[in-house]
Amino acid sequence: MAILVYVETTNGKIKGSSLELLTAAKKTNKPFSSISIGASASDLESLNAFGVKKHIEYKDEKLSKYNPEMFSQVLTEAIKDTGSEIILGSSSSLTKDLFPTVAAKISSGFVSDGTQLNWDGNRFSVKKPMYAGKCFCTVEFSKSLPQMILMRPNQMPVEPSEKVNTEVVTKNLSINDFKTKVIEIVKGASEKLDLTEANIIVSGGRGMQAAENFKLLEELAKTLGATVGASRAVTDAGWVSHSMQVGQTGKTVAPTLYIACGISGAVQHLAGMSDSKVIVAINKDPEAPIFKKATYGIVGDALEIVPLLNEEFKKILNS
Amino acid sequence: MSIFVCIKQVPDTETKIKINSDKSGIDTSTIKWVLNPYDEYAVEEALLKKDAIGADKVIAITLGPARSVDALRTALAMGADEAIHIQTDKDVDSLTASKAISKAIEKFGPAKCVFTGKLSIDSNNSSFGPQLAAQLHIPHTSVVSKYEVKGETVVVEREIEAGKKEIVEMPLSSLSTANKGLNTPRFVSLPGIMKAKKKPVHILSFEELGVENTKSSEYKNFELPPEKPEVRILSSDGAVKELVQLLRNESKVI
Ligand SMILES: Cc1cc2nc3c(=O)[nH]c(=O)nc-3n(C[C@H](O)[C@H](O)[C@H](O)COP(=O)(O)OP(=O)(O)OC[C@H]3O[C@@H](n4cnc5c(N)ncnc54)[C@H](O)[C@@H]3O)c2cc1C
Ligand SMILES: Nc1ncnc2c1ncn2[C@@H]1O[C@H](COP(=O)(O)O)[C@@H](O)[C@H]1O
Repeated sequence: MAILVYVETTNGKIKGSSLELLTAAKKTNKPFSSISIGASASDLESLNAFGVKKHIEYKDEKLSKYNPEMFSQVLTEAIKDTGSEIILGSSSSLTKDLFPTVAAKISSGFVSDGTQLNWDGNRFSVKKPMYAGKCFCTVEFSKSLPQMILMRPNQMPVEPSEKVNTEVVTKNLSINDFKTKVIEIVKGASEKLDLTEANIIVSGGRGMQAAENFKLLEELAKTLGATVGASRAVTDAGWVSHSMQVGQTGKTVAPTLYIACGISGAVQHLAGMSDSKVIVAINKDPEAPIFKKATYGIVGDALEIVPLLNEEFKKILNS
Repeated sequence: MSIFVCIKQVPDTETKIKINSDKSGIDTSTIKWVLNPYDEYAVEEALLKKDAIGADKVIAITLGPARSVDALRTALAMGADEAIHIQTDKDVDSLTASKAISKAIEKFGPAKCVFTGKLSIDSNNSSFGPQLAAQLHIPHTSVVSKYEVKGETVVVEREIEAGKKEIVEMPLSSLSTANKGLNTPRFVSLPGIMKAKKKPVHILSFEELGVENTKSSEYKNFELPPEKPEVRILSSDGAVKELVQLLRNESKVI
């Protein structure tokens, strides 16, 4: 019952969300290996620290940009080579495309958006939200098939194990002819951590009154190392980019801290953020539905409170 | 040749979800069903680009129980020409659904191109589109917010992390999963609804398609999320200071 963990790297370091998976794989006491596909060198230090004995590395300039055809061929090959029956990944724009593609190619069970992994000695079952977070269920896989699982980031502990020497197997691309081509990557408005990976989110709604007041949220986010999000009312009004929208038709996020400023808390907004660990709501209407989901609330004018909050955070974070 | 658009019927987001007494699923008796919001973008794009793509028909296709014909009717009322309904009362996982739908597309095809939604808001899987493309052996791009036809190729925009976008070129004969921002879906008009009543809906079964409904996974043990404790409202005097202290010392998140 070999396990293969798909690891993603940013700035030369394995992402925290991938380290969660390595921790979970290690805890099963079953053989596991990891795989990285891309243009950069593997982060050997982390692989050592998390007890990865074997790492498969596909490293090629051509893999610097995601291409479903290329990546799915490579991952399928690696699953066969390692005889892996359980393949773990962390939800990202890349894996959400790659995993189902490969699942169809190898006829495996697939689940995404997992929030909890349960090991039964042989296989995982996965807890996941359904109906936009209004309930949860447990997914069990048919015994005869491989299982491919995508977990939401920030759900599981990151615990290094005893250090090992990682054997890195470098593979070459054997395929060259592809129908899809990424011709360009266009930069977004913000170069910050993506909402779905952010640990802290400062989010604004129509109650921020005007586009320029989002500056207040940017400043608060800077102090906290947070990413700025928004409600649909705001993205539809063109105050901020669509990529910043949280909710049912935007991003689903589960940070440790979500600060909602001038957001009423419509079901479609809650669908995207109600799994956040701690929710702070700042709203001038004490009856706003957001307060039903919030951990802490302040009833008042966000335009006054946000700058005060920023000053107060600065004080304690700099001391 | 036709454009195929895959659509799914899902509970309206405003609907309250109740769990069955045996926890095997949700109580569907009181649910209001709607066309999955992302599938509206998919249908709209097919209709908008029908001429540019050079297709003579837009065919909406769904797999689901008898009630899901209403979702097909919505697509027909928006302007789709025909519909295919693979009827089953059983739960079908997306792997099997993609096999069955690929068979139906082959039967009514060949497809000029295929659209699906980015994700269905009931399962939150976002898996069906790429899986269907793999079954059909055609290239795909997911999470598409712009779709431009250039002869026999298309140039699409795919949203990735942190607001970045990939500009992808692929053959027209491919699959795209529709994201918000792709277009503004039209409202269904009364004449549209009247016309839809006369449009053909082809009904198919798993047997006719030669696909076995094997389960690769089972969804069990449905439960409501844990109740949130009552919110702590901080009074305005000194509220900000108190909040920062609570975040640091009580919930330890900063
Ligand atoms: C199919 C569908 C999908 C949708 N998807 C999404 C989605 O993904 N994400 C999303 O967010 N929405 C979504 N919506 C829209 C959603 O229903 C709401 O309309 C939207 O979330 C409202 O945004 P808001 O809270 O910013 O604005 P409003 O509802 O207008 O709320 C503004 C709030 O600000 C407060 N306020 C006003 N002034 C101040 C002030 N000075 N200080 C503090 N508070 C103040 C008000 O009391 C109010 O509570 C969707 C809707 C539909 C139908
Ligand atoms: N049973 C189904 N019938 C037709 N299309 C489907 C079905 N399930 C999913 N889809 C399509 O696949 C998209 C993504 O669904 P999912 O993978 O379930 O998140 C949806 O937006 C639909 O376009």
